[in-house]
Amino acid sequence: MPEPISLGTVQPAGGVPLIFENAEAGRANTYFASEGGLKERLPQSVLRLALPLPDHSELDVVRHFTALSQRTFSIDSGFYPLGSCTMKYNPRVNDAMANLPGFRELHPLVPDEMAQGALALMYDLERLLSNIFGMAAFSLNPAAGAHAELAALLIAKAYFRDKGEGARRTTVIVPDTAHGTNPASAAMVGYRVLSLRSDARGRVGVDDLAKVLGADTAVCMMTNPNTLGLFEDHIAEIAAAVHAAGGLMYYDGANANALMGNARPGDMGFDLMHLNTHKTFSIPHGGGGAGHGPIGVAAHLAKYLPTPVVIKEQDVYRLEFDRPDTIGAMRSFWSNFAHAVRALTYIRANGVEGLGRISQLAVLNANYVRVKVRDVLQTPYDEPCRHEFVASAQELKRETGVRALDIAKALLDRGFHAPTMYFPLLVPECLMIEPTETESKATLDAFIDALRDIVEQARREPEPVLQSPRRTPVRRIDETRAARQPDLRWSPSPSA
Amino acid sequence: MAQPAGLLYSKEHEWAKLDGEVATIGITEYAQHSLGDIVYVELPRIGSDVKQFANVGVVESVKAVSDLFTPLGGEVVEVNAGLEGDPAMVNRDPFGDGWLFKVRVSDVGERESLLSPERYDEIVAEG
Amino acid sequence: MYTPHTNQDIEAMLAGIGVTSIDELMRVPEAVALREPLQVPPALAEMELQRLIAGYAARNTAVQCTSFIGAGAYRHYVPPVIGTLAMRGEFLTAYTPYQAEVSQGYLQAIYEWQTYIALLTGSDLANASVYDGATALAEAAIMAVNATGRRSLLVSRAVHPNYRAVLRTYARGLELEVDELPLAADGTTDLSRLPALLAEQRYAAVVIQNPNVFGCIDIPDGAARAAATSSETIVVGVVAEALSLAALVPPGEWGAAIVAGEAQSFGVPVAYGGPYVGFIACSKEHMRRIPGRLVGKTVDADGQPAYTLTLQAREQHIRRERATSNICTNQAHCALIATIYLSTLGATGLRACAALNVQRIHELAERVVEVRGFERRFSSPVFNECVLRVPDGVNVATLLGALRQRGILGGVDLGRWYPELHDCLLMTATELTTHEEIASLGSALEEVVTKQREPVGA
Repeated sequence: MPEPISLGTVQPAGGVPLIFENAEAGRANTYFASEGGLKERLPQSVLRLALPLPDHSELDVVRHFTALSQRTFSIDSGFYPLGSCTMKYNPRVNDAMANLPGFRELHPLVPDEMAQGALALMYDLERLLSNIFGMAAFSLNPAAGAHAELAALLIAKAYFRDKGEGARRTTVIVPDTAHGTNPASAAMVGYRVLSLRSDARGRVGVDDLAKVLGADTAVCMMTNPNTLGLFEDHIAEIAAAVHAAGGLMYYDGANANALMGNARPGDMGFDLMHLNTHKTFSIPHGGGGAGHGPIGVAAHLAKYLPTPVVIKEQDVYRLEFDRPDTIGAMRSFWSNFAHAVRALTYIRANGVEGLGRISQLAVLNANYVRVKVRDVLQTPYDEPCRHEFVASAQELKRETGVRALDIAKALLDRGFHAPTMYFPLLVPECLMIEPTETESKATLDAFIDALRDIVEQARREPEPVLQSPRRTPVRRIDETRAARQPDLRWSPSPSA
Repeated sequence: MAQPAGLLYSKEHEWAKLDGEVATIGITEYAQHSLGDIVYVELPRIGSDVKQFANVGVVESVKAVSDLFTPLGGEVVEVNAGLEGDPAMVNRDPFGDGWLFKVRVSDVGERESLLSPERYDEIVAEG
Repeated sequence: MYTPHTNQDIEAMLAGIGVTSIDELMRVPEAVALREPLQVPPALAEMELQRLIAGYAARNTAVQCTSFIGAGAYRHYVPPVIGTLAMRGEFLTAYTPYQAEVSQGYLQAIYEWQTYIALLTGSDLANASVYDGATALAEAAIMAVNATGRRSLLVSRAVHPNYRAVLRTYARGLELEVDELPLAADGTTDLSRLPALLAEQRYAAVVIQNPNVFGCIDIPDGAARAAATSSETIVVGVVAEALSLAALVPPGEWGAAIVAGEAQSFGVPVAYGGPYVGFIACSKEHMRRIPGRLVGKTVDADGQPAYTLTLQAREQHIRRERATSNICTNQAHCALIATIYLSTLGATGLRACAALNVQRIHELAERVVEVRGFERRFSSPVFNECVLRVPDGVNVATLLGALRQRGILGGVDLGRWYPELHDCLLMTATELTTHEEIASLGSALEEVVTKQREPVGA
């Protein structure tokens, strides 16, 4: 059995004290030559009286955060079969490039003529993404996938307004397999959300869709392959039907790792799309961000892209702000530029063949795990999958009481991260598994063995599985208490 | 399971108890059980006018949210302030101290579209 | 690249799956199949790759200049220990800490970040971060709209123009009305009409930034606060330069029930605009409306203290179209950098750094106004930026161009954002600004202005 994970050498009983505990005030600062200046330069009335933050020695800070890192699972420490999250290896050359002083120290408000490298990089990446995904134009502006969805829906709103259809096109169609951000984004621009049930094949049914399409249809938001890992094979008919109704097709790029280099959303009839470069293009997740969500559009929507837009004229690049049809600014500055550097580095490292190879091996890995576990868990859609698949623990739960959640927690004890659970909602006791292309057959075999072993153990003696995890830094969390009595910060005294 | 008598029920698993023109409203035992540990209840504003069966708030458990519909329309005259500090009250005593809000009913005739305890019991039994 | 499969592995896996080729698994309908090869260059070996990317970096000549540009993104000194710790692979390559049992370290770091931001802003609580300062403001405004049921916002013109632009974009989506408060002569927000405007009981929020985009300290007075209180309008405080929180009265103390800000200054590089790290802090009554992730402290099955993402029922993956926001990611890694930065500097270091910023901008302003014709445009006290009016007859763009030729980025041409300030520069000094840089700026300005005043000038 694998060794327990994440157990660093420093594991004080009761966990790591907060940085605010055991702190002493008044250590000398060693970072700046002190000159005073506050009281001499500013009126007393605007100065704060107390700054109640702790002082530490640098070594104490190093030990504190090292200890925290040792209590954190990561790709570097183990395998993440996390469906729809594409937890692939994050190549370190990407970070080295993003950290070049010419990028890191470049202020966003410098004159364009002195940021030609950055602008060229953005332009080149936009052109490459447009080609790889079959869109007319890309903007690197949105900070994450959900941010790009918001931009795309604002574009749709502006487009319909200009066509004189703004008042009646009020509905966004979202399949029940969609990510939760889709309906939430639609609500942020005041659209009504119509949830469409998947058919028996786990896909959007052309006839079901036809019934809900109409003069009120604004956008149909889909991901392909969908979150069941199934390719929407009627996508061309779906797009044609939505277009015939006057609506727009939106591609949620969360699952783009399944088709990159092998098929293009633009060719499927999508008018708008986003990418999560922190998934498909190997940008580190960093514990939940920063993300990066480039948005792609068909030609007739390019004029609405958020500002600024990178323009190239006679080999000179500039940021264009004055665009009459734009939806406007979406963020403080131009893009999560450091991530654009990483994404371009990754594309150029892989090249045209490498990009196609990535999705092919991602699909191979997912299918390999699928066929090796389908006799111990149900795979409700029993056909070849793309980059991910869903398995259900419903039978196991009925027989033993062991749920998908328990399997996930037992995996933690065996050194693996849990799969995505209870999503998509239409599969009960759902485990959604996406191995990604960077995992070796040996790692997949070890994971398959662990999963099978947990199911067998559950059938033999469920109690230990129900009690897992036992070897992690903490055991199952009392989330009810966390939500009923929220404790969201440390306070100097209990009453504060 | 037998539903408390003297109350009116909705298909959305709310109950109402009419006392003159004021109705006390809550969710049923069945509803609290299926939601699990309730952590927060978002209630309508006092003084707001609500229509029968309108969405007036949200009940949150740790990992689910459910819309709250009012079985009777009218003006919201009181909300259960105790739930802010102790939302678990809805789990412990859904028909009693875990009530949610009170409405001054604008049309008592609306009660005709609600369910009797027996009828509601059948719906719960059907699942 | 980065795929570990040997040919034998692939053969064995295909056999296990029961197909003969990967192509069989990749098939798509003819109508949507790839028609021609992608226009992507072939793969580069890593050594060549580095040369290629470094070539882009080398064309960013601005990094070789002496810079006095700030305006919402700030160059600050970052002790090396911060990068060393933040770039640990456990932090860099972790996913969102949904599996709390194996994510205690990161969860604790975010809890510490929430605490730091709450303490710095003088608020009850803070979220796990949002994209940046501008989106933080937009999300904070939506909180206020949801809290009050009102659909209009009142925003000071001294709030960063990019922040206001983003607010307008979000407001268009939700069909909210945005009105603006004018500037006063001293560079602060003109609050004289505020009581009358708020008395209409129309505004969900009044938005004030401190220090404002001109670097001016812009704290609403007691009368403004009273007007907000009596009209039940929420004061949203904006902080674009988080370092100022180390020195100035925090927004939570000057009446802001919601604070929206940018923490890039805490160790995050300027990096041509991102990623940065926005934050929202608020009083307890708005806790359930705050967007984005929140980490809470609780216990595990054995009763040991433990951290977890909490109040998730607010969020998009559960509430879907009823969510408080569509936000999904936070800026965890940037927030981590900021947390390590704050822990390293401590109160003492942070205060010393803030004091140096105040000191340097005053030294800069004093030197610039020695140049004949230059003057401080606004009289209000400043933190680390200030507005300088150029001499009559001098064109700001021409002046900046001439400074560039001397290797100096002289600040932001305010005509870009405020037509009435077309003859003004926004200049920034931080602790990184040296006496020598200020001296060379002064002599360069003297030279350039002398030249520009000659008949052929601007």
